[in-house]
Amino acid sequence: MSPVQVVRRIGFYVFVALVTAFFALPMLWLVTAPFTRNPTLSVSWPDFTLGNFKHLTDDPNALPSLYNSAVLSLWTMLITVAAAALAAYALSRVRVPGRDGILYLLLLLSSVITGTSAMVPIFQLMFKLHLLDKDIGVILVMTGGLLPAAIFILKDFMDTMPKSYEESARVFGANSFQVLGHVVLPNVRPGLATIAVWAMVNVWGNFLMPFLLYRTPEKQPAAVTLNNFYTEGGQPNLALISTFSLLYSIPVVIMFLFVSRRYGFRFHGGIKA
Amino acid sequence: MKVSLEEVTKVFDGGVTALDALSLEIQDGEFFALLGPSGCGKTTLLRTIAGLETASSGSLRIGDRDVTRVPPGARDVAMVFQDYALFPHMTVADNIAYPLRIKKVGRAERRAKAAATGEGLSLGGLMERRPAQLSGGQQQRVALARAMAAQPTVFLLDEPLSNLDARLRLEARTFLKKLQHDLGVTTVFVTHDQAEALALADRIAVMESGRIRQLGTPREVFQRPANVFVAGFIGSTPMNLLAGECVPGDGETATSWGHQIDVAGVRLPVPEDIVTELTPGDKVIVGIRPEYLTESEDGIKGTVEIVENLGTTSLVTLTTTGPSVQLTVPEGREPEPGATLHVTPAPGRLLVYRADDGELIDAP
Repeated sequence: MSPVQVVRRIGFYVFVALVTAFFALPMLWLVTAPFTRNPTLSVSWPDFTLGNFKHLTDDPNALPSLYNSAVLSLWTMLITVAAAALAAYALSRVRVPGRDGILYLLLLLSSVITGTSAMVPIFQLMFKLHLLDKDIGVILVMTGGLLPAAIFILKDFMDTMPKSYEESARVFGANSFQVLGHVVLPNVRPGLATIAVWAMVNVWGNFLMPFLLYRTPEKQPAAVTLNNFYTEGGQPNLALISTFSLLYSIPVVIMFLFVSRRYGFRFHGGIKA
Repeated sequence: MKVSLEEVTKVFDGGVTALDALSLEIQDGEFFALLGPSGCGKTTLLRTIAGLETASSGSLRIGDRDVTRVPPGARDVAMVFQDYALFPHMTVADNIAYPLRIKKVGRAERRAKAAATGEGLSLGGLMERRPAQLSGGQQQRVALARAMAAQPTVFLLDEPLSNLDARLRLEARTFLKKLQHDLGVTTVFVTHDQAEALALADRIAVMESGRIRQLGTPREVFQRPANVFVAGFIGSTPMNLLAGECVPGDGETATSWGHQIDVAGVRLPVPEDIVTELTPGDKVIVGIRPEYLTESEDGIKGTVEIVENLGTTSLVTLTTTGPSVQLTVPEGREPEPGATLHVTPAPGRLLVYRADDGELIDAP
């Protein structure tokens, strides 16, 4: 190996090490800070104390908010998957004039719906519908935001499935629901799993909508509660924030591992969580 | 069960007429072929019988029951699709048992029936596999087993052999014919391969642009194609179709009594039974299969251009003063390219079609 090559090789590894460190440091902080008595913003060797977790349980909203997040995520996921499956099947198989146009328009609008720009109209809409501070209100708004992309992804899956499967089932006497249940859904299971995980992760991490639509602190999900850990002096309470963040991220990691093992992870249509 | 179609028309949304006032009667227990080139409407006809397409007008009966508007599941038919349409997420056993599952047959009985049906088609050791783990021939047998499990009154097969490779196709053909014979259930199949139709079917309907151009037994369709379309379509070596004209006979020989047909300067005798149907000046097309042309002293004269080996015979293409002519010669008697050859039609094998509408001139 010539000296130039050696230098080049060393330079490359240094660069890779720096990039890795840049991304690894916050992760490292996340796993060390919760076990440190008085964590700062720098990474340090932990004291292996569980005191921060105990402090966290003293906060009346901390752990229940994780439960709230789970409820919101599950319901939104269930409604999104069920509605998207039905809609995608219909859109994939029934000829609707201007179908693709409608779908693209919905997809475009959906990124607006749950975004900051629609904050005021959504608030007013929910106010008029008397759905403020109710779980169902938040679930519906989030479902609405997720549905177009979910339909779009699932329709792709259904389009690639040969029509002869369904026709075959129909000739044997299956009705539309049997065709859907016996043939279509089992064949798009990876798609359903993708949508389910994507929807749950989306809701789990959504701050704006629950922050906007809930009035009672006890109903807030974890993403909003995380915003409330301050010391009496008005400084961010890094001990509680780091501890809660760790708990907050564990379900997402578990879910990704589960799906990745089950289906192999891929994202479709260039949409990621 | 008998399948009868009366004036069935199918016009698709885009305005394409796939079936054009088509009437047809398929007898009970018959093995019936729908044959034709791509886009002739044969698959649409099969799908209309299955109920996957609804006739725009006309009526369709299975047995004595009018099923024109009956949904597919209530027609008591089973269909095997071209891609077999086996459910990839189910095992072979579950696939075969699927029609029984729809009929709400109990789980144990379903498994027993599936096992018995699978056994009959030598799928015994494969029942727990997924379709993707099977060869093409095995997949086809699973599809057939699944159709049999439904115990239909009519089987519908869409291009049943087209997804198999050439050697397997011949085996599957024999198997299919035996199976249909044993079951004795009315079976309608679609194919674009004339050899397949001739080999399998009791009767063939040759279709073109949504109409039946000829309906008959394989022998009838092969020996006496009713028009030039069928003549050109049937036969593994294409029939010679030579434009000619009816002329007054020269009276030199006994066969030239009356009049003759002039094809590119060569006089051919008019088949006896249709002598009265032709008058001098009529434009005709003469059809003669390459297999029925033999070498002779006189007749159509040509130069050997190409010799294609077909195994037991060879297909020889002659250039003549008119259109080129093809004939087959037996093994070991192939002429050299460039040689001069005279050929005449075997007696009784000459078919004469009217040039204007392409229909066969038949004995009065």
